[in-house]
Amino acid sequence: MIRTLMLSAVSALVLSLAATAQDIAITNAKVWTGTNAGTLNSATVIVIDGQISGVGINLAAPSNMRTVNAEGKWLTPGIIAPFTSVGLVEIGAEDSTNDTSAGGSAFSVALNASDSFNPSATAIPVTRLEGITRIVVAPSNGGSMIAGQGFVADTSGEAHSITHDQAFVYISLGEGGAGLAGGSRSAAWASLRGAFADAHTYPARYVAQSHGDSLNRADAQAFGQAVRGQQMILFAAHRASDLRQIIDLKMDNPNLNLTIVGADEGWIVADELAAADIPVIIDPFSNLPSSFSQLGATSRNAERLIAAGVPTAFAHFGFNTHQARLTVQVAGNAVANGVSFDDAMAAITTTPAEIFALAGHGTIAPGSVADLVLWNGDPLEVMSAPELILIDGEVQSMETRQTKLRDRYLSLDESEKPLAYKR
Amino acid sequence: MNKLFIVGLIGAVLFLTACGSDRQADPDSDQNVTINKDPFPSTYTAYPSQTTLLQNATVFDGLGGEIQNGDVLLVDGKISAIGQGLTAPDGAAIVDASGKWVTPGIIDNHSHLGVYPSPGVSAHGDGNEGSGPVTAEVWAEHGIWPQDPGFTRSLAGGITSLQILPGSANLFGGRGVILKNVPSRTVQGMKFPGAPYTLKMACGENPKRVYGYGNGTFPGGSPYSRMGNIAGYRTAWARAVEYKRTWDDYAENGGTAPSRDLQLDTLMGVLNGDILVHMHCYRADEMAQIIDISKEFGYKVSSFHHAVESYKIADKLAAEGICSSMWADWWGFKMEAYDGVRENIPMVHNAGACAIVHSDSEVGIQRLNQEAAKALADGRRAGISISKADAWQWLSANPARSLGVFDKTGSLEVGKDADVVVWSGDPFSTYTKADLVMVDGAVMFERGNPDNIPVMDFELGQPGEGDLK
Repeated sequence: MIRTLMLSAVSALVLSLAATAQDIAITNAKVWTGTNAGTLNSATVIVIDGQISGVGINLAAPSNMRTVNAEGKWLTPGIIAPFTSVGLVEIGAEDSTNDTSAGGSAFSVALNASDSFNPSATAIPVTRLEGITRIVVAPSNGGSMIAGQGFVADTSGEAHSITHDQAFVYISLGEGGAGLAGGSRSAAWASLRGAFADAHTYPARYVAQSHGDSLNRADAQAFGQAVRGQQMILFAAHRASDLRQIIDLKMDNPNLNLTIVGADEGWIVADELAAADIPVIIDPFSNLPSSFSQLGATSRNAERLIAAGVPTAFAHFGFNTHQARLTVQVAGNAVANGVSFDDAMAAITTTPAEIFALAGHGTIAPGSVADLVLWNGDPLEVMSAPELILIDGEVQSMETRQTKLRDRYLSLDESEKPLAYKR
Repeated sequence: MNKLFIVGLIGAVLFLTACGSDRQADPDSDQNVTINKDPFPSTYTAYPSQTTLLQNATVFDGLGGEIQNGDVLLVDGKISAIGQGLTAPDGAAIVDASGKWVTPGIIDNHSHLGVYPSPGVSAHGDGNEGSGPVTAEVWAEHGIWPQDPGFTRSLAGGITSLQILPGSANLFGGRGVILKNVPSRTVQGMKFPGAPYTLKMACGENPKRVYGYGNGTFPGGSPYSRMGNIAGYRTAWARAVEYKRTWDDYAENGGTAPSRDLQLDTLMGVLNGDILVHMHCYRADEMAQIIDISKEFGYKVSSFHHAVESYKIADKLAAEGICSSMWADWWGFKMEAYDGVRENIPMVHNAGACAIVHSDSEVGIQRLNQEAAKALADGRRAGISISKADAWQWLSANPARSLGVFDKTGSLEVGKDADVVVWSGDPFSTYTKADLVMVDGAVMFERGNPDNIPVMDFELGQPGEGDLK
C-alpha cells in the first residue's frame, strides 16, 4: 500500500496555535449556526476573548487578527455529549481507576460525581478529537437507585474544566431502579416518594434522628434543591408505563425540572411527553428488545419524538465512559432513520444546551461561547473528522495517547533501535 | 421481583433416559468405530430465487475490484456473471441499481446472537459454559435461540453469514458455528452447509478473572494468572496429541476402539485441520505466545479476535498468515484494551496481513459497513491510502477466509453463493442503508416491503410488532 503523509494547512495551524488564547477569525466557512439564521455559506466567524463576536456572510475580519480560511468546509458549534461518564474512569474493569459508582457507600444524592472527575483522563482528548467540546457527566448506580449528582464539563482537559457542577440528580427507575430499591417498581416509587418527603422536611425530621424515610441526613440536604425544582432530576427509564409515571409526577408537581434518559418506548408516549414539557435523551442506535422494558425499541424513536415536539437530545449509551465520542455517529444514524439533518445537529448541540441550561452553548451566534469545530466534510458522516477544534476560543491539541501509539507503530522497523525509543 | 427457579421432574427423567453410550466398539468386530463428525447436520437449503440482473450499480467485487455502471447476474442462487452491459436472460427480474452499490454480503465472524439474545434475561445467558476453564466439549449451536430478534436487525444491516461463538470466559470456550443469516425454526436450518467447525479460545484477563477469582472464593481455581492460562492451553493440547495418537493408531491398526472424549474430539479436530481456531486475544505479546504454542502442538490460529494490539505486530501476523478480527474503535474497558487505536484495522491491512471488521455486538453487527468506514477514514488521515473497494475485503472476503468458507461466499465471483447486498448509496456513508439483502439469491430482506422483512416469534404481539426497526 502507498503511504502518503498528508499535513494539511489546517493541521499545521493546529500545531502552531495549540493552547493559545488568541483571537481568531474563521472565514469562508459553511456555518451551521443552530439559530434561526440556519446554515450560512461562505461565512465568517470572529472569536474574541473566547466568545463569538460576529457571524456573517459579508463580515470582514479585523486586519490584524489571525485568520483561518475554511475553504468552504463545515463549521459547527462544539458537540455536546449529553450523557456520559467520561473522566470518572480510566479503565473500566480496574476498580482502582473507576469512580463511576459506589456500591459500598452509605450515601446517594450526596455523591457528587465532580469529586471524582479527572480532567487528565486519557478519554477526554480521545472524546474531544471527535468534535465533542462539552460532556454531561453522570455517576452510575451503585447501591442505590439514586446514583448521585452529575455535572457538565468542557473537554479541554484543563484544571478547572467543570463549568456546571451539581447540574442534576441522576435516578434510575424502571427495571434498574426496581432492582436497587428492593425488587419491584413499587419499591422504587415508594423509595422515591420517601426521598421527596425527606428532602422537603429537612432539617426538621432529622433533629431527633439521622435517617428519614429513604435518605440519611446528608442525602436529604443534598436533595433539597431538586425537589423544589431548582435542580434537574434526570430519570433513567425505558418502558412506556414507567415514562407515564414520570409524566404523572410532573403533572402533580409542575415546578419539577425533569428530564428522561433512555426512553426507548418514548415514541409510544411522545404526545404526553411533549404536553408535559419533559425532554428526553435517547440513543438512536437502540432498536432491540434488549429487556422487557424495551420491547418497543425502534430506530424511528428519534423521528417520532421530534415530530411530536419533545425536546430530544442524542447520546450513545454503550461504553459511555470511553465511547461517548460516538455521539456524532448516532446523530448521523438518526438522519438515516428519518430525522432531518438540522434536527439531528440540534440534538447534539442546541437541544442538550437547552436541557442542561448551558447558556451560550450549542449555537454560533454573537455572544455564544466559542466552542467551534471545523470539519473536513459533512459533520454527521462517519468518514468525516474535525480539523480544528476550539473550546472557549482556544485551539485544542489534536494529539491523544492513541495518536501517539499510532505514530510509534506506523513503521515497525526496529533494525536500529527498539520502538520504545520512538516518540 | 420474584424469581422462580423451576427444576421439574421431567427434566430429571429426560436426563436419566438420555444417558446413552457414545462407545460403539465391539472388540470382536473387525469393523472400525468412527467418530461422526457431523451429528447435527445442516438442514438449510436455499430458498426459492428468481434469475435476477442487478443493473448499473457501483459494484465492489469483494476482492478489491470496483466496477462502475456494473451488473451482477444471479442464477439459481449463484453468481452467474459480473461485469458491464450484461444481458438479462429471458424471464429474469431486472433490478435498476442506478445510483446504488452492490457488494458481497457482510460476514461477521464474531457474534453472540442467539447465545446472548435479546431480551437479555437471565434465562438467556447461554454463551459461556462457565463450569470450567476447558470446555471444548460444548458447542455454541446448542445454546443458540433462533428466535433472537437480533438476527433480523443484522440482516437489515447486510449480514448474510455469521459465526456464533461461545464467550471468552474459558481458555477453551467450545465450538463455534457458522450460519447463513436466514430465519429458521431450528439452528440446523441456519447452519452453513459444508462450513467447517471452529474452536473458540481466549487469552488474557477473562479466563483468569473468571476462574482464578471465581465464585467469590480467593483464590479460586486455575488459571489464576497468565502463566496459568498458558499452562492450561498446553496441558489440554498435550492430552489432545495423545488422544489423536490413540485414534490414529486405532484407525491404522484396529484393536479396541478408544474411549470417546467429547472435549478431546474437538481438540483432535483442530490438530487434524478440520476445526479452525478463533482466539480472543487483545495484547500483541500474548498473540506471540499463542503462535509459539500453536507451533509446539501443530495447529494454526485462523484469526485473533478483538486483537486490539495487532497493529504492534502486524508484520508478524502477516508472516504467519493469521487474520485479526477487530473493532474500529473500542478501547479502554479493561487493561488489555487500553492501547486501542482507531487505525488498527488499516495498519494491519497496510502490513499485508488479513484484516477483518467484527462486531461482538448486537448493535455493531447492524452497521459493520460504518465501522469499516471509520477505520478507513482514520487510516487515510494517518497516511494509509486504501480504496473503498479494497476495504470491503475486511467485511466479506477476509472473514470468509478466516471461517473456511471463501470457496463458497465472500466475493462476487462466478459460481459462488449469491450472498449479495444492494445498498441505497455508498455503503461507506452513514446515511446509506441496505435496500435488498439476498442469501443464496433469495431475497431475505427488502427495505420498505413488509412481506420481505422477518418478524421473530418473540416480537409477535408485543409493542412495536412489525415496526420499522
